[in-house]
Amino acid sequence: MSARASILASIRRSLGVTGEEAPRRKVVADRLRDHPPGVIPARGQLPPAARIELFIAMAEAASATTETLDSAADVPAAVAGFLRAHNLPMAIRRGEDPRLATMPWQREQTLEVTTGASMGDDLVAISHAFGAAAESGTVMLVSGRENPTTLNFLPDTHLVVVDAKDVAGDYETLWQRLRAQFGPGMLARNVNLITGPSRSADIEQTLILGAHGPRRLHVMVVGERD
Amino acid sequence: MTVTITSPAFKANAQGAIANAQLQRALSRGLGFVARRQQAADQLPEFEALRDAARDIKNHTFAHLDLYLETYEERVRAQGGEVHYAVTAGEARAIVLGICRQVSAKTVTKGKTMIAEEIALNDFLEENGITPVETDLGEYIIQIRRETPSHIIAPAFHLNKDQVEADFRRVHTHLPKDRNLAEPATLLAEARGVLRERFLAADVGITGANFLVAETGTSIIVTNEGNGDLTQTLPKVHIVLATIEKLVPTLEDASQLLRVLARSATGQDMSVYTTLSTGPRRPADPDGPSAYHVIILDNGRSAMLGGAFQDMLRCIRCGACMNHCPVFGVVGGHAYGWVYPGPMGAVLTPSLIGVDQAGHLPNASTFCGRCEEVCPVRIPLPRMMRSWREREFERHLSPATVRGGLAFWAFFAKRPVLYGWATGLAGRMLAFLGASAGRFHWLPLASEWTRYRDFPAPQGKTFQAQWKRRHDRG
Repeated sequence: MSARASILASIRRSLGVTGEEAPRRKVVADRLRDHPPGVIPARGQLPPAARIELFIAMAEAASATTETLDSAADVPAAVAGFLRAHNLPMAIRRGEDPRLATMPWQREQTLEVTTGASMGDDLVAISHAFGAAAESGTVMLVSGRENPTTLNFLPDTHLVVVDAKDVAGDYETLWQRLRAQFGPGMLARNVNLITGPSRSADIEQTLILGAHGPRRLHVMVVGERD
Repeated sequence: MTVTITSPAFKANAQGAIANAQLQRALSRGLGFVARRQQAADQLPEFEALRDAARDIKNHTFAHLDLYLETYEERVRAQGGEVHYAVTAGEARAIVLGICRQVSAKTVTKGKTMIAEEIALNDFLEENGITPVETDLGEYIIQIRRETPSHIIAPAFHLNKDQVEADFRRVHTHLPKDRNLAEPATLLAEARGVLRERFLAADVGITGANFLVAETGTSIIVTNEGNGDLTQTLPKVHIVLATIEKLVPTLEDASQLLRVLARSATGQDMSVYTTLSTGPRRPADPDGPSAYHVIILDNGRSAMLGGAFQDMLRCIRCGACMNHCPVFGVVGGHAYGWVYPGPMGAVLTPSLIGVDQAGHLPNASTFCGRCEEVCPVRIPLPRMMRSWREREFERHLSPATVRGGLAFWAFFAKRPVLYGWATGLAGRMLAFLGASAGRFHWLPLASEWTRYRDFPAPQGKTFQAQWKRRHDRG
């Protein structure tokens, strides 16, 4: 008997079932199809402007830095300003996300922008988030050519652009958007929920930022906030 | 380093731990978790409702585990992943080795996984010429010390920074000897640099899974460091090690559990990185592993279903129980002698390695109940520890002195009049002997008690005598 058959048989024996019972199969099929939402904290259930304020407060509480911008066209200048303020070289790496590609990078003539996954040598990367959850100040990033996963983890500093309209109150709203994009029962290779910069408290319970992932996370909320 | 089980020697381990000044200094720092968990719970009005929901989701899943497992497997395969099954630790190790050999792996990076500890994977890989590299900072530190984790989420909990500095200096010999390593920040920076090279060079990355989502065939890992992500994204192959009880039905079910996990563990609303992984890289992806393997391990879990210890399967490995346990707080994790320490270890270990080996662990409790109070999935830990004690007693595994003592007490307890007479007599004798000092520095038959504290001399009559007198009067 294969290990698979053995484990399923053992589970069924312990539960006292055959696995063929129609009522059980229906319960499972219903839950998978309907994915009932459960308890959703009230804290994120706010109108858009207040929701974004909460998102910013929670992200900053998790040691991210934030800024708000009126439009996507303002991003390149904001990025250049950020790099100068932190004495970082004027070089960033991005993916092929069209929302990033169409930004007027050429206006920042000293800023070198390269495209593609990171090999480990990049100090700063910029990604465009799929969305964000205000309840915990969390951004959601989806893998692929648009926003390669390595940009989220290898560089020292990670800049994340999120559209104000994509800031949800809770994770459940984001799960629904993922389903709309990828279809039922499917997802991208990686969906990263990121809350603040990398950290560790493994040495004497002392919290320090910059364990293996980025030391700095800067979130830029772009667009109309109501 | 071979992992030997020392749970049968818990008493000696505990004595050693109490006498260990370095360990006691480290353990005294543990109270931060308690305060932060309370703060996180206080700031979320829905916290108690979420604990109920988390418990109910787990219970529902177990009642339908065979069906959710079949769905999960189908979804993983539909998105290009491979699913392997292992009944025992040995089978799981063999599957890991087989996958590593297929790609001629020389080094393997590892995210933190207690399952890998349970199956003693690192030793096995080393014996077979493959170098495992722990990447979680705490796990890395104990790996170079050739120790096992002492806490399920803070593996180096038992260490102080001077010990870490000494180990880094001993092992990282390529770095300048006069470098400053006085502060945790400098130690972290050094580990970041050393491990970055190992991340980039690894052939295979192995992680555990906090949850497996049946709806989408997804494995979820939760870290603060990002090491799990670098472990699974950079190498050609990603292996996920998970036991069957990690399954949850849907993404919504996962977010219920995620909301109580970090809050219970460290007091954060969310850990920094919660990552959902589904299959290998897609055709157009510029990064990610080309192969994604999930090893589904039983190792005694299916036998716990439908039985007296099923509730223990709900455990989401947050560590809250041990953070709040007065016994763990004094002896630390290594005293428990195997992978899982504290209250959850006391209940789970006998199920996995037998109550004959692990019987001391459920006895190392005062039943204060703090563990059950803080468990995010409401596992009745003290009740299950008592169940183990009953089984031990039935199997005559308790020492003769314990059995004799209990039998002696039971003789009197079953005869109330005799009990009342005997305790009254003993009480009057002690009161007489202890009248001048009010306390005893030493008592025969209670010398273990009086070694550390004085025994108070009784004053007045026994409770039962007073009750009887007032009752008869009124």
